[in-house]
Amino acid sequence: MDTLTRRKFLLASGVVAGGAIAAGATAYTLADVLATGGDRPADAGTLVLVTLYGGNDGLATVVPYADPAYHDARPELAYEAEKVLRIDDATGLNPGLTGLRRLFGEGRVAIVRGVGYPKPDRSHFRSMDIWQTAQPARPGNTGWLGRWLDTAGGDPRLAVSFEPVLPPVLAGATGAGAAVPVTGLELPRAVPAATLAVLGRPAPGEPVLQAHAAAAFADLVAVDEMVRSVAAGALEVTADEADELPQATGTGGRAALDAQLGLVAQCIEAGVATRVFSVSLGGFDLHADEKQPQESLLRALDRSLVSFVDKIGRTSAGQGVVVAVYSEFGRRVRANASDGTDHGTASDMFLIGAGVRGGLYGPPPNLRDLDNGDLKYTTDFRDVYAALLQGVLGTDPARILDGWTGRLTGPI
Amino acid sequence: MTDGSTMVDAVGVAHLLRRTTFGPTAAEVAAAERVGLRETLDAILTPTAPDRGAGLTPVPNIGVDPYVLLPGNANDDDRRRARETRRIQLRTVLDWWLDRMVEADHQFMEKLVFFWHGHWATSAQKVRSAAMMLGQVETFRRYGRGDFAAFARAMLRDPALIQWLDGQRNTREAPNENLARELMELFTLGIGHYTETDVKEGARALTGWTIYRASGTAVFLRRRHDPGRKTILGVTANHDADSFVDVLLGQSAHAPFLAGRLWFRFASGAPMPAETRERLVAAYGSRRNVTALLRAMFTDPAFAGTAGQLVKQPIEWMVGALRQLGILSRTMPERERLALLAGLDALDQVPLHPPSVGGWPSGAAWLTTSSAQARLRIAELLAARARTDVVDELAAVPARQRPRELARLLVVDKWTERTRAALDTVADQPRRLVALGLASPEYTVS
Repeated sequence: MDTLTRRKFLLASGVVAGGAIAAGATAYTLADVLATGGDRPADAGTLVLVTLYGGNDGLATVVPYADPAYHDARPELAYEAEKVLRIDDATGLNPGLTGLRRLFGEGRVAIVRGVGYPKPDRSHFRSMDIWQTAQPARPGNTGWLGRWLDTAGGDPRLAVSFEPVLPPVLAGATGAGAAVPVTGLELPRAVPAATLAVLGRPAPGEPVLQAHAAAAFADLVAVDEMVRSVAAGALEVTADEADELPQATGTGGRAALDAQLGLVAQCIEAGVATRVFSVSLGGFDLHADEKQPQESLLRALDRSLVSFVDKIGRTSAGQGVVVAVYSEFGRRVRANASDGTDHGTASDMFLIGAGVRGGLYGPPPNLRDLDNGDLKYTTDFRDVYAALLQGVLGTDPARILDGWTGRLTGPI
Repeated sequence: MTDGSTMVDAVGVAHLLRRTTFGPTAAEVAAAERVGLRETLDAILTPTAPDRGAGLTPVPNIGVDPYVLLPGNANDDDRRRARETRRIQLRTVLDWWLDRMVEADHQFMEKLVFFWHGHWATSAQKVRSAAMMLGQVETFRRYGRGDFAAFARAMLRDPALIQWLDGQRNTREAPNENLARELMELFTLGIGHYTETDVKEGARALTGWTIYRASGTAVFLRRRHDPGRKTILGVTANHDADSFVDVLLGQSAHAPFLAGRLWFRFASGAPMPAETRERLVAAYGSRRNVTALLRAMFTDPAFAGTAGQLVKQPIEWMVGALRQLGILSRTMPERERLALLAGLDALDQVPLHPPSVGGWPSGAAWLTTSSAQARLRIAELLAARARTDVVDELAAVPARQRPRELARLLVVDKWTERTRAALDTVADQPRRLVALGLASPEYTVS
């Protein structure tokens, strides 16, 4: 299971996907989003939520390098003191996170340690549902940012994902965010657009799925018009090269994180109305020979995040942007025999931005007081969500989080 | 065909064939209408005639996995060559499987094999060995219709599955939980029917099974196995892989779970009615007979009402179109074969490469803007390659009647007014008409 991606989660997430997709979330285009440029209040904050699919190993991301228990638990996987990017005498960042280490030094990165929830679930799919719905006891069928969108008026362009399908986190009860494809779309030549437009009309009484198939044609025509009208630079078109197919299949996650964040930066610079962007990176489920692959993934994450933060940092619109990074769980403290780690529990969240009060939050992980071999959580993720809802989106967290009153104070 | 009961039968027959084949031809529907629903189902579930189409598309002999032959002192060039050989082998398997799906007479067998591929979803992306992937497909074929217990035991000895879920790294000293967890969550019980302790204990039961590198086969190494007592789902014993399977399949959650998975792919994306589930579970019985469960499903009153409740999976959509248009994929030039594979890639369903152990998506997830575009593009290629006599038949009727003739050809019950209007705009160009029909919403669902 080393190819977990956002797409897979979306599909396995029985609770949310169906409703969100049926809500017609694909009907918005980049042009629609960009058309809202200048619509936002000057002091409005923007949340960029980064989901790491597959369960990122927190102990290898924010490394307790001075703790002997850490080295005992995973002798082959552990990083030595001289390898980590030191934060203090006990904690260092993974060697792949050089850019984040710099931003941390500039006071723009808050690292919240030990983030989790009661009765942790070690299924990727269930745990991701829990994080995305913010309903640990019983994940419902709306995402926490979808519920925020419901209270914010419901215009899908307020919450945008640059992925082919909408992530559950953006699905609300009455509306849903917009899934805007990163890749360009062009109509085939042989069928006239007018014919496709006819095919896109709803037909009374037809099965729901058939109606949905028809709606995709209406979207296709709309997107085609957008492709013609928007400057070519606005889209990163990926070539569809048949010759390269045999080895280039099944990787999932078509839109690379840097491409997604590139579009987010473009939208922010244009002053669009969007308040929430959802982006993702997959591939963190490393049960075997974990060290190098994880370091590479973190390096890719670091490059994308830091270039994004630097880019928007140069604009005034970028000052109110907060990036939040999470994964569905961390990994088991003790390595398995394969130099990998199995599914775990509590892990770190990163909050990044010009307005973030940087530093380490929450106590360091206690590797000697474990719950069934896993870290005990010290901060409920809903406390972090509450801080983001209040500090970035300016809303009452209790309304969105089923009455939750906890709040992480400090970073936002 | 004039009295009401026969009409109902015709609709039922088309529905059954759409679900049990990759896409029935008009001739197959006509033949089934003649013999009726019951006999048609018998022929689908227990075919008696030899499968000539399968004979024309024999399992390829791809040779051994080149990595098995690599000497201990292999250099980078050796490895590069081995990688290239693997790539060619994998492509051979992929091509063969597509050809087999198109040509097999025993369509349901092939569709069930593909179902199991999505159930025990294993990807060549990590397994890498084409020989192992092909071996797994053959295991699906051999065990996929009978006793599920024998099937599950065989799967725990399947080298591709072991490799995919790190079974070869699971030892008594440090168990790796990957395979044990997915065996419970995705293959036999479903989430919520086991605890974390069961995962850990189950992983211990599976220790010892690994892959013998020199042959690429699964072996049991006693010294790596944890022979101690384990308690799995309340049953304490010196469990091994087989007794672990017995415990799992003895759970009351197992039969409804498996019935639900089959219902989800062959009947409807909507939940199964409770009474239907009871009937399916009863048919599955203590002998865990997959075919008996399927027979119960296809004859269940609820099944007849599921038309339009599934979206064709991309492979189903494409293979069905190839069959209905009389195209033999194995006779297509390399350029076009690659275009077909590129099309499957654009639709996100390349066989042997499921996105994760959770298997393929379903339902509305296949209906994105980008997939509508990809379907149109592939439809044009397929329409251009359609056998001449198939297109001639369409061209032989007046343009106004061609949409109706197209519905017969593509086994679509009825066009909506909307689609009919769209088809009318291209009815004077038969191949373009075919392309639009393949891309239409009516043809996209099943």
